[in-house]
Amino acid sequence: MNKKKCIAMLLAGGQGSRLGTLTHNIAKPAVHFGGKYRIIDFTLSNCVNSGIDTVGVLTQYKPLQLNDYIGNGQPWGLDRKRGGVHILQPYAKIKSKSWYEGTANAIFQNIPFIERYNPEHILVLSGDHIYKMDYTKLLDFHEKNDADCTIAALHVPLSEASRFGILNAGPDGRIETFEEKPKEPKSTKASMGVYAFKWPTLRAYLEADEKNERSAHDFGKNVIPAMLSEGKRLYAWSFDGYWKDVGTTESLWSANMDLLDKSCKLQLDDDELRIYTRNFDCPPTFIAEGARLENSIITRGCSIGGSIISSVISSECCIESGAEVMHSVLLPGAKIKSGARVQHAIIGENATIEAGALIGSESFDEKEPSITVVPENKRVTKSKSSA
Amino acid sequence: MHMMGIIFSNIFDESLGEISAQRTLASVPFGGRYRLIDFVMSNMVNSGITNVGVITKQNYQSLMDHLGSGKEWDLDRKVDGLFILPPFGVGQKSMYRGKIEALLGVLRFLKRSNEEYVLLSDSNNVCNIDYRGLLKQHIKSGAEISIITCRESISGPDDAKDLVIRSNKSGEVVDVLVHYKNPGIADCGMGMYMMKRRFLIELLEEAHSYSLIDFEREIIQAKHSYIKMGKLDFSGRVLRIDSVSRYFAANMSLLKPEVREEIFFKNGPIYTKIRDEVPTRYEAESGVKNSLIADGCVIEGEVENSILFRGVKVSKGAKIKNCVLMQETTVGECAELEYVIADKDAVISQGRLLMGAPAHQIIIGKGKAV
Repeated sequence: MNKKKCIAMLLAGGQGSRLGTLTHNIAKPAVHFGGKYRIIDFTLSNCVNSGIDTVGVLTQYKPLQLNDYIGNGQPWGLDRKRGGVHILQPYAKIKSKSWYEGTANAIFQNIPFIERYNPEHILVLSGDHIYKMDYTKLLDFHEKNDADCTIAALHVPLSEASRFGILNAGPDGRIETFEEKPKEPKSTKASMGVYAFKWPTLRAYLEADEKNERSAHDFGKNVIPAMLSEGKRLYAWSFDGYWKDVGTTESLWSANMDLLDKSCKLQLDDDELRIYTRNFDCPPTFIAEGARLENSIITRGCSIGGSIISSVISSECCIESGAEVMHSVLLPGAKIKSGARVQHAIIGENATIEAGALIGSESFDEKEPSITVVPENKRVTKSKSSA
Repeated sequence: MHMMGIIFSNIFDESLGEISAQRTLASVPFGGRYRLIDFVMSNMVNSGITNVGVITKQNYQSLMDHLGSGKEWDLDRKVDGLFILPPFGVGQKSMYRGKIEALLGVLRFLKRSNEEYVLLSDSNNVCNIDYRGLLKQHIKSGAEISIITCRESISGPDDAKDLVIRSNKSGEVVDVLVHYKNPGIADCGMGMYMMKRRFLIELLEEAHSYSLIDFEREIIQAKHSYIKMGKLDFSGRVLRIDSVSRYFAANMSLLKPEVREEIFFKNGPIYTKIRDEVPTRYEAESGVKNSLIADGCVIEGEVENSILFRGVKVSKGAKIKNCVLMQETTVGECAELEYVIADKDAVISQGRLLMGAPAHQIIIGKGKAV
């Protein structure tokens, strides 16, 4: 009774320390993206678009904004009578008070939640990746192979392979080897951190892993290798769409820039896999006389008088006449005063760039991009500007 | 707040011609992403009113779709909230002929509500108004009915006002003129009335026994000398939508920052239905000047002095000037539009030239292709 075929567990507890000041006050999944979204919108929308109506969101680091943002899940259609979205935070137990330690431990601590739905399969997802995926395709593949675990995988450049979990699979997709962050990668097929498991199998492995004191309680480092060495059926499902781990300011910036590229595989405006977000009430954007807009996306509530080239502008930003914004991302409420110039930068929430200030540099190395970040609420004046 | 709200969605349906032919006046799109009813609903909610009934008559599908559960206005409540009130009656009598019959149809709703006061409102005036202050004034004045008015100028015979109020120094109503068109400055009714709920119920039951229909003529005008009526001045900006040209001008006035500030923010935000649109994309060839642009648009051409609703596509080489383009309008390559109001889902094909005039805009009906 009360069985759900598949539920999703979304890991959203990461600090995202490589995003620097952008995550000083919020968890990485809550970071703004693409003008009107937050990073977690992509995974939540993927779940809903794949017919998954029960999602546990595991939060830990600075959860206030994230919890607030997710609320009852209504913007994603996840305010369900049975199921829906649940925020799962670490909690005190009779004998211990423990934080989530490792991805596997986080799921282990929520076994009672999962058992309420008694699912056949569970999806373990990350809340900090930008991609659109129909998980039903992954699950069909998973069931067809009678797999214990199916890992979504995509090809990455060899130079970056050592940042990922790298796997080797046979022609039928059966995984032969798996190495987490190998120094000398043997293949370029990388795990996307999107896993489908048979729930009873995973449960047994989580319980065993928990007893192993030397384990880091991590899926990539411990659970997957253990399953593989014991001959479980692990399969790789190839994904060839857009996927980006926005773990650094550079990758966050470049994922935003990808939205401006009409040939990019990620298109926000296809109706098939729509991305939902929590909306705030603001009027349409006003474009004044003298504004110049090129190859940019702008959302509501802004007032635009200056020049904007190849940039992503979030809600309620104000770009005065005579201000210039190029190749940049403005987070909600950013203000760029007349005569200021912003290039190759991410301007934090409600930050103000005063008249005449210069942010970021003209010269830009495509291979090693360096992005200037202005923290939230910061006021940058002409003398303090960073060139 | 001890006040409930009743909104009439169908009064003045004829005033906007083709724009209101297939929908209630209340669901006429306005200001890039709103419907007219959003303003009165949001004003009520921002004033603390949590029990709102919307009276409908016909063609209210789009209105129902727009309002849904009332969630966007925070009116999806366990107790009270939003009530959509379709025509109610027995046999042939179900279609009401005026506000009195409309209110008689919702007498049960009025009786089972428990707020002390009731605010009746039409949906044709766009404004940002705080009813809390007005209610205090109403209570203080001791009037049995208060008429919310604003000062407007009447330009001549083509500019008749539905209700003009004359009052003495203390604000008591001494004369009521219906459909008044003599030029001059006058206190014009905004179609908003405050009174005690019990008083309204008595008034309606009495009106029923006389078979009265017209609230303004047969109650406000006919009874002003023996019911204590007062007027409550609203000094803020009012965009009265009573003709196509006023509708157009009201939209255009939103291009002024001071109008946007007053209409969209002054006493609280204006809420509307969420459509989950993507941000608007401005291509390299685009040229946008002095315009209000909602989300979900793709702009490759030129846009000047215009209001673009959500999801409008302006193709390469197209020129849009002084236009109001509603949701999902598609403008083909090199088409030129001036003084055009395009209703939802209109398609203007490649190379078309449509020129209206400042005093007479061309209307392209809902879903029509040119």
